[in-house]
Amino acid sequence: MAQISQQRTEKLLEIMKLLVCVSKTPETTTKVSFMDGDTKFNTSGVQYIMNPYDEWYALVRAVELKEQIQGSKVTLVNVGPDSNDSVIRKGLAIGADQALRINTDPGSAYNVAAQIAQYAKGMDIVFTGKETIEYNGSEVGAILAELLDLPYISYATDIQVEGNVATITREIEGGKEVLQVQTPFVLSAAKGMAEQRIPNMRGIMMAKKKPLIARDAKPMTDPVSVVKYELPAEKGDVKLIDPENMEELVRLLHEEAKVI
Amino acid sequence: MSVLVYVDSPSGELKKAAFEAVTYGQKVANLTGTDVVALTIGTVANAEILGQYGAKKVLNVAYDGGFDSQVYTKIISQVADKAGATTVVVNHSANGKSILGRLSVRLKAGSVSGVNSLPVLEGGKLRVKKVVFSSKATATFEVKTPKAVLSLMGNSIPPEVTGSDVAVENIAVEIPKSRIKIIKVDRAKGVVPLPEAELVVSAGRGMKGPENWGIIEELADILGATTACSRPVADIGWRPHHEHVGQTGVAIRPNLYIAAGISGAIQHLAGVNSSKVIVVINKDPEAPFFKAADYGVVGDLFDVVPRLNEALKKYKGN
Ligand SMILES: Cc1cc2nc3c(=O)[nH]c(=O)nc-3n(C[C@H](O)[C@H](O)[C@H](O)COP(=O)(O)OP(=O)(O)OC[C@H]3O[C@@H](n4cnc5c(N)ncnc54)[C@H](O)[C@@H]3O)c2cc1C
Ligand SMILES: Nc1ncnc2c1ncn2[C@@H]1O[C@H](COP(=O)(O)O)[C@@H](O)[C@H]1O
Repeated sequence: MAQISQQRTEKLLEIMKLLVCVSKTPETTTKVSFMDGDTKFNTSGVQYIMNPYDEWYALVRAVELKEQIQGSKVTLVNVGPDSNDSVIRKGLAIGADQALRINTDPGSAYNVAAQIAQYAKGMDIVFTGKETIEYNGSEVGAILAELLDLPYISYATDIQVEGNVATITREIEGGKEVLQVQTPFVLSAAKGMAEQRIPNMRGIMMAKKKPLIARDAKPMTDPVSVVKYELPAEKGDVKLIDPENMEELVRLLHEEAKVI
Repeated sequence: MSVLVYVDSPSGELKKAAFEAVTYGQKVANLTGTDVVALTIGTVANAEILGQYGAKKVLNVAYDGGFDSQVYTKIISQVADKAGATTVVVNHSANGKSILGRLSVRLKAGSVSGVNSLPVLEGGKLRVKKVVFSSKATATFEVKTPKAVLSLMGNSIPPEVTGSDVAVENIAVEIPKSRIKIIKVDRAKGVVPLPEAELVVSAGRGMKGPENWGIIEELADILGATTACSRPVADIGWRPHHEHVGQTGVAIRPNLYIAAGISGAIQHLAGVNSSKVIVVINKDPEAPFFKAADYGVVGDLFDVVPRLNEALKKYKGN
């Protein structure tokens, strides 16, 4: 008996190298405008935050696993210019050990993934967020997994690790799927994975001393690129309906809007 | 040359999203002067009807090992090569999204995820639109590679019947061993999942508590709609997480979105703004949601919703 439980603990304590891909995104209330003939996002006055899926779910869960499995390490990676450093530092304050920034302004998900792939070999679990809230691409994780020839588990809402086996719950349309996979693999984190952590003073102080290394990007052409942005057509004024007269609303939905 | 549409059908049944994707593929094929080939994986009932939506060929790969993006990607890319596909279309579903990026690598094809309109050709290159910046803008992407892979957002184009049934051909490809072991799949039966729903009834903190949801469920029932909610309501456990719509929840574009007791915060709007018609019920005339609404009812939802239910029952009765 004792023998078995001994083995079990050892398996539980397998050291993990965890890589968390973090992106920055305009703060959610940002007013969106474009420049250069509507071909570029106008960044002036825009406040940036860490992409919520990366911060709240991927990063926090990676840090929890590191706390659970002593000797494990969480590395952050971001593909972006040096103005991203403050967002990366926040990730270090939340509990990552070190960070790498690959210096370029990526023009496509493929470019991001290909830059990260160079550094992701040898990692046990690569975490991405479900999607960035500016492009909602949900592509980087899948591309990265293919480049690394690894399994990819998308929209994970729970991950438990024992030894080198992870049991993961993932969201599917109208339900969920539970599966097991051995490290190494790539995962995308969705809501439910972890609880948001606010960095404390100690974390913020420690983050200043943690390594944040910048590396040059490898030159690359983007397979796709944005050629034009448009703002949505102005919505006409709302038609107000007398709260006493719901027959009128039903009539309008049927005859005018033709949706019922 | 061809356009290959991979029809995601994990439940073994073809749903509207499948017909949308084939219709879309058919239109892309018209644009590029080729034919559309539809592919299903596993056991899928009545796949021959994909011919009605324009598929010239319907192929099936017998593989029932459960979803693994790596295995599916290898299957689809082999079929794409055999069919000489220059464009591959998948649904923008949980599985479709997990395949898209992988396919782009294997096929050396530029990818655009969540497209919501037909592409155009500009100097021989495909240009296609998607919604970005939390529904605050639309971006036109240009695919610079000779091949393209696209995932189609649900409810973006209506399915169109243009042809007739096509016999399903089985096609043999090399199937790699999966490194994933699926333990359990729970899929709610009977309800249309939110991303596919045409009619959605949603409620927020204005409901005061989970015990009051009866009127919302009744409304959804009468309409045959799917229920949704705002984020705080899911966070405090009044409603299940999968109902949460918005920037950090599910993004939807139903034909009709009815929101009761939801203020219309920008993060909520981000997930619902693309709905074709929005009805807002809120007691506060200043609620920001009214600015995004087509029809508004200023009033107490506990009076308005039951009245709406009665009116709808009367309408349905006719
Ligand atoms: C990064 C980030 C991401 C977020 N993502 C999301 C997201 O994905 N989805 C989301 O929904 N939110 C999201 N939020 C939260 C969002 O900002 C709002 O806080 C939230 O949408 C408010 O929910 P609510 O409208 O239900 O509640 P409230 O804002 O409290 O609004 C309740 C409304 O009900 C009305 N009301 C009250 N009683 C009645 C009555 N009897 N009859 C009629 N009307 C009544 C009130 O007038 C009010 O307008 C996010 C926030 C952040 C910071
Ligand atoms: N520039 C970037 N640097 C590092 N990781 C990124 C970057 N962009 C996207 N990611 C990661 O990829 C995930 C999915 O992004 P996307 O495919 O753009 O929706 C994000 O949640 C991040 O984890």
